Amino acid sequence: MATAAVRGRLIWQTATVTSVTTETDAVRTIGLDVPDWPGHQAGQHLDVRLTAEDGYTAERSYSIATAAGEPVAITVERLDDGEVSPYLTEELRAGDQLELRGPIGGWFVWDTSDGGPLLLVAGGSGIVPLRAILRHRQRTGSDVPARLLYSSRTLADVIYHSELDQCRDGVEVSYTLTRSQPPGWTGYSGRADAALLGKIAWPASQHPLTFVCGPTSFVEAVAGSLVALGYPAGRVKTERFGGT
Amino acid sequence: MSPPVSRGFRHFRRPAAGEQDRVPPGQYVAKGFPVLSAGPTPHTPLPEWTFSIRRAGETLKAWTWDEFQALPAQDVTVDIHCVTRWTKLDTMWRGVPVDTLLGQVEHDAPYVLAFSDGGYTTNLPVQDVTSGQAWVAFGYDGQPLAAEHGGPARLLVPHLYFWKSAKWVRGLELLDHNQPGFWENYGYHIYGDPWRQQRYAGD
Repeated sequence: MATAAVRGRLIWQTATVTSVTTETDAVRTIGLDVPDWPGHQAGQHLDVRLTAEDGYTAERSYSIATAAGEPVAITVERLDDGEVSPYLTEELRAGDQLELRGPIGGWFVWDTSDGGPLLLVAGGSGIVPLRAILRHRQRTGSDVPARLLYSSRTLADVIYHSELDQCRDGVEVSYTLTRSQPPGWTGYSGRADAALLGKIAWPASQHPLTFVCGPTSFVEAVAGSLVALGYPAGRVKTERFGGT
Repeated sequence: MSPPVSRGFRHFRRPAAGEQDRVPPGQYVAKGFPVLSAGPTPHTPLPEWTFSIRRAGETLKAWTWDEFQALPAQDVTVDIHCVTRWTKLDTMWRGVPVDTLLGQVEHDAPYVLAFSDGGYTTNLPVQDVTSGQAWVAFGYDGQPLAAEHGGPARLLVPHLYFWKSAKWVRGLELLDHNQPGFWENYGYHIYGDPWRQQRYAGD
């Protein structure tokens, strides 16, 4: 289990964008150079603050996409009615500066000492902190067995697809597409419901450690199904985003 | 040093006229009702539900669901502010004032730790949950409070960030010291005043 983090005040600092990578039509990964970054754990998030020319500011939280020890990056999905995400995904360029502070959060994090087996369940851009966990597992040479179930609307919406396809050595990645499937699709179709989780999830007797991240309705359904499969609620960690 | 200006970043969510003084700094007005919680949603059957006031391991007072429903309830309309930056205006709740609950026990404790199904806890000064500032709410928008929003009953302390309004609340532990709860142990602010942007420890 992660222990309570004792630290001082989180200070806003200026970060420089090192890269903007297109993940999908609506999703960009933003690499950041943060001179005084204190380091982060896989699964934590950070706050971004933007300042407009008239001095108006807006803050949002984003999951950190990289493993502990890697340079900071965030992966942002454009929300069409959003205020901050359209700027981050469409306007921002390498060399631009923005303010951030972090890392934040000590619950939805994983380190090798937390063990497993790991069950990771992602809906949409909920993959971001789970990707950080998989990268951390890979980077540390951990042999903790891990299974990822990643639900997307269509194949074109799958974030980090090639990276996830390269997962080996004790990591099993399963995809499900909820809206449409391309010809010849060999992954799963439909929602991550109890039946699908029953096929993919570790038996509860193996005492798995689970991380679920996605929109509220997705997390609500997945976490409820896992409890029904006998998973103890205390080992099902959730992070949610979005509206009702 | 002045902050870097993000050229091309334009705001359109400036609060409407009449709302400015109701939206704390760093917040935006949300239309939906987002959900934030750390684990699966508990579903405690109402016949097993109780609300307890405890001190030093002793239960001073406990109500069953039916007894709780028989207490005088109030309808309140309040603005709520989540640390993840959404603010929701004019939310309508029904619940029992914490004054009514604490009024039924003799105590001089300065702090409470609210405890919930699923192991969630959060700490509050007694002076922030009394004097008409806090409720144990079981109704929302004219309906029973939905489980994903904390039903059957949650704490409602609208003047603090909403993580202090513990979902699935089952009681209050009276304490003579300020003991950090769940999120407070993970780096969130010990008090959580949205008007002072007390999001994280040290803010």
